[in-house]
Amino acid sequence: MLINHPLLGLRDAQEFVYKGDASLLQRPQCESDNALDAFTNYAYLRSNPAGLHQELWYHEQGDRSWLVVTRNTLTHEIVNVELASEVDA
Amino acid sequence: MDYSIFRVVKEALRNHKGWGPAWRNPQPKPSYDILIVGGGGHGLATAFYLASRYGLRNIGVLEKGWLGGGNVGRNTTIVRSNYMLPGNEPFYELSMKLWEGLEQELNYNAMVSQRGVLNLCHSDAQRDAFRRRGNAMLLQGADAELLNTDGVRELYPYLNFDDARFPILGGLLQRRGGTVRHDAVAWGYARAADRLGVDLIQNCEVLDFRIENGVVSGVETSRGFIGATKVGVAVAGSSSRLMSKVGIDLPIESHVLQAFVSEGLKPLIPGVITFGAGHFYISQSDKGGLVFGGDIDGYNSYASRGNLPVVEDVCEGAMGLMPMLGRARLLRSWGGIMDMSMDGSPFIDRTAIPGLFFNGGWCYGGFKATPASGLCFAHLLATGSSHEVAAQMRLDRFVRGAMIDEKGQGAQPNLH
Repeated sequence: MLINHPLLGLRDAQEFVYKGDASLLQRPQCESDNALDAFTNYAYLRSNPAGLHQELWYHEQGDRSWLVVTRNTLTHEIVNVELASEVDA
Repeated sequence: MDYSIFRVVKEALRNHKGWGPAWRNPQPKPSYDILIVGGGGHGLATAFYLASRYGLRNIGVLEKGWLGGGNVGRNTTIVRSNYMLPGNEPFYELSMKLWEGLEQELNYNAMVSQRGVLNLCHSDAQRDAFRRRGNAMLLQGADAELLNTDGVRELYPYLNFDDARFPILGGLLQRRGGTVRHDAVAWGYARAADRLGVDLIQNCEVLDFRIENGVVSGVETSRGFIGATKVGVAVAGSSSRLMSKVGIDLPIESHVLQAFVSEGLKPLIPGVITFGAGHFYISQSDKGGLVFGGDIDGYNSYASRGNLPVVEDVCEGAMGLMPMLGRARLLRSWGGIMDMSMDGSPFIDRTAIPGLFFNGGWCYGGFKATPASGLCFAHLLATGSSHEVAAQMRLDRFVRGAMIDEKGQGAQPNLH
């Protein structure tokens, strides 16, 4: 797979580390009343869709940026790539 | 009719005209007491044990394709019980014992071959870890032997012992482990369940669950509604997709695992060998092909096919362990979808919806678990409480902090 890095262009997916669902960017508030449930869901539950999936890829062997990649899990087609720093968490 | 040597001789004298289909192909009834979703190894085993051990009748198994057409026919056929943690090892050891009596119980030749599973170690620390795991196995009634280099050399003299980076220092051997003909497991359970009156309904995809007053009342399928008092879901690989129909998010990511087979060769590898430095394992089928595999691809996938970097990685593992494999030609490779759970261990549990039960999250270790998974799931469906060896395989173990994490990797499914 090639990932179209917003700054560096097409890069081999082997340069990246996969970190899973991009919902991990939305960290719950630790002060909230339901913090235990919220953190359990955040850390352990996944929607795991068959189809378009937003996920985190870390460019470890590159510029060390975090990307949010929108990829089809049925075909491995990548439809969108953004810098995680520019995605509204 | 039972299969036996006498039957084979008799049929041979009659030009083999007396063999019939191994199971019926019934129309679905309007309703069942228990419906199993998924006609793979685990679903068929569940149905068989419900009928044989718990005496239940009026059971249906729904399969979207054909029986045994999913992961039970796509794995690398290894069976073993070399786990360490108390939440796992008794379960897998029960499975091992059930494998040992499987063919007699099912009256079906599943080609159970206890040819030994050897895990190699390449550092002092890894040998210490194997010693600890071996002791844990012995404490749970399994067998384990720690081999030194000479012991490994006696079994497999052609391995790459003096590799500069990963020398082979020994290995943990489970002699009772081995391989089983995977398709025959599905067929054997199917035939035995059918003979006890279980309806095996193929080409019947479950599209949704019907929930009435908060309780499950049946399933919507591609062949219409089928009612049921209890529904057991055993569809590893599609677990998240199916459970999302009733709004249940699971602690599972779906990943693709590839497997490979070489051209047929003369007998070369008598047992199962796993390389401890990379992730690589290999055995030889009775037909002569070398069957091997390695890591999952590492990203969410439902594609049933992998990418080339993992092919390269697996072949590097092969060359690192057995350089002579470079002369063998690869015949086929394929992929299967795994339920990768958050701690690398499975689930056999009830759900928040009364009457709906879940079996899944097998990561890439589901095949060896088939008999115990079926027995424990049947126990749960029949009695309403967990079987003692599967008591920790609960969906709520994360919120309770009671993970069963053999590798200690944490909630990172692609590392398990």
